[in-house]
Amino acid sequence: MADLYTVENLHLSLPDMTKKPLVGAAPRIEILKGISFTLPKGEILGVVGGSGSGKSTLGRAMVRLLEPTGGRVLFDGQDITHLEEPDLCPLRRRFQMIFQDPMSSLNPRHRVGQIIAAPLALHGFSDVGARVLDALDHVGLPRGFAGRYPHELSGGQRQRVGIARAIALRPEFILADEIVSGLDVSSQAQVLNLLEGLVKELGLTLAFISHDLSVIRRLCSRVLVLYRGEVVENAATAEVFAAPKAAYTRELLDAIPLPDPDQVWA
Amino acid sequence: MSFLTITGLSAKLRGTSFPILRDVSLRVSAGEVHGLVGESGAGKSMIGKAVLGILPTSVEITKGRIELDGVDLLSLTPAERRRRIGATAALIPQDPLTALNPSRRIGPQITDRLVDILRWPRSRAEARARELLAEVQIPDPDRVMRSYPHELSGGMRQRILIASAFAAEPKLIVADEPTTALDVTVQKQILKLIAEMQARHGTALLFVTHDLGVVSKVCQSLSVLYGGKVVEATGVRDFFREPAHAYSRALLAATPKYTDPAASLTPVPEAVIAAVQAEIAAHDRTHDRSARRG
Amino acid sequence: MVDKSGADGRSLIRRRAGLKLWLSGGWLATLALAAILAPWIAPQDPLAQDLFLGRLPPVWIQGAEPGFYLGTDSLGRDVLSRILYGARLALIVALVAGTVTCVIGASLGLLAGFLRGWVDVVISRAIDIWMAFPPVLFSILLIAVMGPGLQSIILAIVVIDWTRFARVVRAEAMAQGAMDYVASAQVAGRGRISTMLTEILPNVLPTIIALLTLEMGIAVIVEAILSFVNLSISTDDPTWGGMIAEGRTSIHQAWWVLIFPLITLFLTVLSFSQLGEGLKDRFDPVLR
Repeated sequence: MADLYTVENLHLSLPDMTKKPLVGAAPRIEILKGISFTLPKGEILGVVGGSGSGKSTLGRAMVRLLEPTGGRVLFDGQDITHLEEPDLCPLRRRFQMIFQDPMSSLNPRHRVGQIIAAPLALHGFSDVGARVLDALDHVGLPRGFAGRYPHELSGGQRQRVGIARAIALRPEFILADEIVSGLDVSSQAQVLNLLEGLVKELGLTLAFISHDLSVIRRLCSRVLVLYRGEVVENAATAEVFAAPKAAYTRELLDAIPLPDPDQVWA
Repeated sequence: MSFLTITGLSAKLRGTSFPILRDVSLRVSAGEVHGLVGESGAGKSMIGKAVLGILPTSVEITKGRIELDGVDLLSLTPAERRRRIGATAALIPQDPLTALNPSRRIGPQITDRLVDILRWPRSRAEARARELLAEVQIPDPDRVMRSYPHELSGGMRQRILIASAFAAEPKLIVADEPTTALDVTVQKQILKLIAEMQARHGTALLFVTHDLGVVSKVCQSLSVLYGGKVVEATGVRDFFREPAHAYSRALLAATPKYTDPAASLTPVPEAVIAAVQAEIAAHDRTHDRSARRG
Repeated sequence: MVDKSGADGRSLIRRRAGLKLWLSGGWLATLALAAILAPWIAPQDPLAQDLFLGRLPPVWIQGAEPGFYLGTDSLGRDVLSRILYGARLALIVALVAGTVTCVIGASLGLLAGFLRGWVDVVISRAIDIWMAFPPVLFSILLIAVMGPGLQSIILAIVVIDWTRFARVVRAEAMAQGAMDYVASAQVAGRGRISTMLTEILPNVLPTIIALLTLEMGIAVIVEAILSFVNLSISTDDPTWGGMIAEGRTSIHQAWWVLIFPLITLFLTVLSFSQLGEGLKDRFDPVLR
């Protein structure tokens, strides 16, 4: 199977504004310290790590919301590491993103229909209206929701709109950044099941960022464990859970509170 | 003996008939940890807020009793209630970032309550604060007391808030999703710390959370809420072994477990939700009828 | 199908009917109509002087003359007619100065807050420097150089007040720029300027409109102040500020010369600020 993403020795640093001296540039903090991995087509890759592990930064570098400071990101064989926005634009249809907080990622003053239609119009699709309805069908929302505003929806419904917007473009890759962490367990189960179905149906490749290993285990075929900007573990999901190699992975696994009063939690 | 007894507590959104809490009753004994679980909007943190007298102004209590250490809080004047709550109860808040004033040093933020409400001399309050910081395993308490919140990590801040909650030896502590904002590895440390402190001080703890995993680790009993109503109240072992209510079962089925990846994740079925809503409506009707008759 | 959309009860809170909007809008509409129709509905010529008719009281007080409903000033000019003609100037200043200030200030604020970088540095420094000038001296100086006149007043207001818009809109645009829907537009491939106009602008628009109506009220006040100190347009044309200045001198003999323009001014400024609030309550989809 061909690799959709190849990430080689990726470095990314951002200026630390809290330590900016009175004159001159702020010191830079290294968030990603040489990350390498490949993501084959059709795979669901789980990206786990604590806060400050760089998992969101890595995701944002993959969809080029951030420009890496070193290393390379290849998308379907094409180097997108430092591509300028006009050259990036045609590629953008092919990799999409679903955000953590649907309240922040859906423009509160646009209706759901507009929100899903905007990227379609931008990429020159002719049958925008039909595709919007099709996307709503896919995520299991009534077509009438096209006329509603985001604040009129529940958390789970909003996250479905985020998914609908991403799949409407029929991308090859979707980055899902902590998309269920703000949801109730029931909505979480709905969204996870939905996403799993869509991946199969639309032949998507998915990177699923999460801090929750239980969710990762449920959905992903491979797991990438990050710790302070470095990959500490990269293996098939079953392997990671059966025999974690890195000490940090073991620590993460041991810390999960299972819904079971008999679990030994030393 | 129970430190907290809530009887028939109902609340609604001010100016509407929209119910926030419906006829909630529960008891928490000394040394007991009682979990309040449910989905967002179920009213779980409203109960905690009602006990501490910090309900948002948009919510009003319509009836019921909240007895804290034998005194019905709702029968007191607002000033008496505040004093009573300040002397016997405390809060461990959700977000350690906003719960501490960013422009003040840690020390006074812990001692304020001891000095202002309990009238302790400052030196005694400071000694107590140092002792507590050591108890929550903060290295170098003296340095931390002189620090500002932004100089400390999230886990450290949550430890400080725990120390601060136990400072006045309250009989009841309300912990409102105290680890939701933390990493799992830090969450484990903090939960263990809360459990240890609670056991050592014999405090009654009302633990609000949406995470059934967390409940199974720290609580002895729990109430499951839906739509402002307690649908099941039981011991923790019974709950996880054989949940009595269909909604509880559905909630457990929707919770992912990494040890059991083959199990399909089932969202709470609409039939279950419809059944709970019907049950609540039926309860409300009989309640209204008996209220009218009485 | 279980409907969860209204589950938090937010939709149940009835928003207060648009009383604010109707009252303020009603007053301003009446005023606008009166200003447009002044030549036809004004009972007297606002400039006609007749010393024999000086300081006539309003009609409901003894000694009034029919046709002079709100009395006359010391030169025998009809107060009502002068208020009506004065409304023309007040409203022109409010509309033109308010709109121009808004467009310039908000555009600069939007660019600075959303694009950041050197654009922000240049605009923010300009705002800082601008705000260091004392505004009253600045406007008096400006009019002294340019000479009194409608254009001078409007220019003075624009020059002084654009920073008010720029500062607020910049802060608001910065806050909105950090939201994920902006990142989402970028993932979709939308350009910077296009994102600014389709994503950011609708979200800062309620703030801009509130500021705009407030600014219109301020423009009316500024015009009145400049007329009061005799720096507005030619002294012959009736202005509310000019009337208040004249009325001040005869407050003990003829209070009506001062009070009626003052009430009109007060209601107009109040209406402008309430109009903004009312529009926001009524038409903002997020609040509705």
